[in-house]
Amino acid sequence: MAAHTQPGRPNQLFRNLNSKVASIPMILTAVVIFLGGTIWTVTYSFTNSRLLPRLSFVGLDQYERLWDTPRWVVSIQNLATYGCLSLIFSLTIGFILAALMDQKIRFENTFRTIFLYPFALSFIVTGLVWQWILNPEFGVQSVVRSLGWTSFTFDPLYNSDIVIYGILLAALWQGTGLVMCLMLAGLRGIDEDIWKAARVDGIPMWKTYLFIIIPMMRPVFITTLVLITSGIVRVYDLVVAQTSGGPGISSDVPAKYVYDYMFFAQNLGQGFAASSMMLLTVAIIIVPWAYLEFGGRKRRG
Amino acid sequence: MNIRSIAAVLAATVALPLGAAHATDLEVTHWWTSGGEAAAVKELATAFDATGNKWVDGAIAGSGGTARPIMISRITGGAPMGATQFNHGRQAEELVQAGLMRDFTDLAKKEGWDKIVRPASLLKSCTFQGKIYCVPLNIHSWQWLWLSNDAFKKAGVAVPKNWNEFVAAAPALEKAGIVPLAVGSQAWQSTGLFAVLTVAIGGKDLYQKVYGDKDAKVAAGPEMAKVFKAADDARKMSKGTNVQDWNQATNMVITGKAGGQIMGDWAQGEFQLAGKKAGVDYTCLPGLGVNEVISTAGDAFYFPILKDPAKTAAQEQLASALLAPKTQVAFNLKKGSLPVRGDVDLAAANDCMKKGLDILAKGNVVTSTDQLITQDTQKQLEDLMSQFFANASITPEDAQKRFAAIFSKAD
Repeated sequence: MAAHTQPGRPNQLFRNLNSKVASIPMILTAVVIFLGGTIWTVTYSFTNSRLLPRLSFVGLDQYERLWDTPRWVVSIQNLATYGCLSLIFSLTIGFILAALMDQKIRFENTFRTIFLYPFALSFIVTGLVWQWILNPEFGVQSVVRSLGWTSFTFDPLYNSDIVIYGILLAALWQGTGLVMCLMLAGLRGIDEDIWKAARVDGIPMWKTYLFIIIPMMRPVFITTLVLITSGIVRVYDLVVAQTSGGPGISSDVPAKYVYDYMFFAQNLGQGFAASSMMLLTVAIIIVPWAYLEFGGRKRRG
Repeated sequence: MNIRSIAAVLAATVALPLGAAHATDLEVTHWWTSGGEAAAVKELATAFDATGNKWVDGAIAGSGGTARPIMISRITGGAPMGATQFNHGRQAEELVQAGLMRDFTDLAKKEGWDKIVRPASLLKSCTFQGKIYCVPLNIHSWQWLWLSNDAFKKAGVAVPKNWNEFVAAAPALEKAGIVPLAVGSQAWQSTGLFAVLTVAIGGKDLYQKVYGDKDAKVAAGPEMAKVFKAADDARKMSKGTNVQDWNQATNMVITGKAGGQIMGDWAQGEFQLAGKKAGVDYTCLPGLGVNEVISTAGDAFYFPILKDPAKTAAQEQLASALLAPKTQVAFNLKKGSLPVRGDVDLAAANDCMKKGLDILAKGNVVTSTDQLITQDTQKQLEDLMSQFFANASITPEDAQKRFAAIFSKAD
């Protein structure tokens, strides 16, 4: 923080000059790489580029084809199902775990480590582990069957109708630990006196959580939400490791469609169109909300 | 990371290329990783090493679909290998157009490739604007039905002689707890199987009209509907396969857990490695026993343009080593494929290979799908077929509609 406390009215542009100079590299990176890359991608999504990018425009052809493709529609549906459920469950489970952890229990550190451990694994490892657990030949199904319940069937990864839940399961196992930690940090940030006041007023604990603590934890929830959402949109490796999109195309996700069409089908135009669609979806959801949350509320401080 | 470790990493990045630039080390990338394939690659490496150079093996596991993007991004990214495998056809088309691949016209003229390579279509698919850009290595055909004699004995039915008998025998196999038709769940397997059904059930003309001329009307027509009906049978018969890779599926046939598999003749390498004998332990039916036609797919080697003159010379030596009669025989016997030269002696070939050679000599060949359709169309077909085979609720009629739609837009 550079303080320029000269008398008179300093030029707005030169206020905090040092920090502005210091942020130039980051601004350049953002503009050139993120913005530049985005513009490049969107531009080429209107071309018929195959293996190599070339500028021969075909209008909206790639987009028309994209939305005509059953695989893309399936992957969007999957993302919607996966996204909604993963948002709801990871927030709820994460918060409940944090609330339980906050009861001044013994061995809290141990439990916290256990719950957070899955997060240290990459999605690929998580996916492989759960592929084995859910494999009917040597996973949960065979264990239960060997205990005597021989008609027990549990093979989500081999059943097109429920395969996305099998992936959700792995994602929750991996991700809730982090949500719990963030929530726990939020809970610890709540003033002890609030709890005391609530107790004096005789408010039951669940009500205190629901109506006093959670509203106070708003910033923590926002941060968590951003983290989870960005994780949802780019889910890819987990699917590749667990099912590689199968059976058939029933566990496909948009990111995988993009990758497959850019590199396997050697159709860059189609891949770019799909990734532009992903960007658009994210922008439609995130931008207005982010604006409301961070932009329009300077007064919140 | 401290300065010293950064320095070490930097030094390593400098040292590596220097070490690799040992003049005649040539890195060759390919996706031959199953047991039979690896044994065949070793023959190539031996042949190349005999020229005084060194074959640096760059095998990429996980089938061509995984390997090709890696290879292409290395070539377009400016870190090309010495030589790389692609299938005959259009896979490297744009790399050639972009001027990233080396032109072998001079060598081809000197060695008279146009006289020795057969069928001529193989060299034609290496040719772009009158220049030759690749070395055809072998001929693989997709149109084979491999049957386990043991499985049929166990089920108490005679080993079928064609596809229809096989379909009729399926219930008996199922009763004996055997999966009638093993189909691995990777998308290219069901897609290839479908193309085989097209040429075997529908005939050469239908195949040429659909895959070659991209005639959407024929693709939506009644002839094609028969093929979809057969694909529906295949789908029912493949239920319960639950394996991914083609060689795992082949292994089911080898061990008698599955009745049969529709797979290219590369499956033969696996039978050989397992010590099985053609005609005794397993039966092969080219063209599914219906239409004895084989396609001339296969592998070719492409050579990216390199700056290092020593490596460029080594590339040339590799190219002629690949086509040498001795290499052709040694490699193809292990691989189960057919040599691209008509003038080599294959006395050691087994029954199945001899059947293939016969068909080749008769000229009963079709162009492979890799040569006819682009990777883009291929991927769309893969999406359709993998969905069709995994999901019994898609009717053959719906699938055919989508099939025709793909071809109406294909180029």
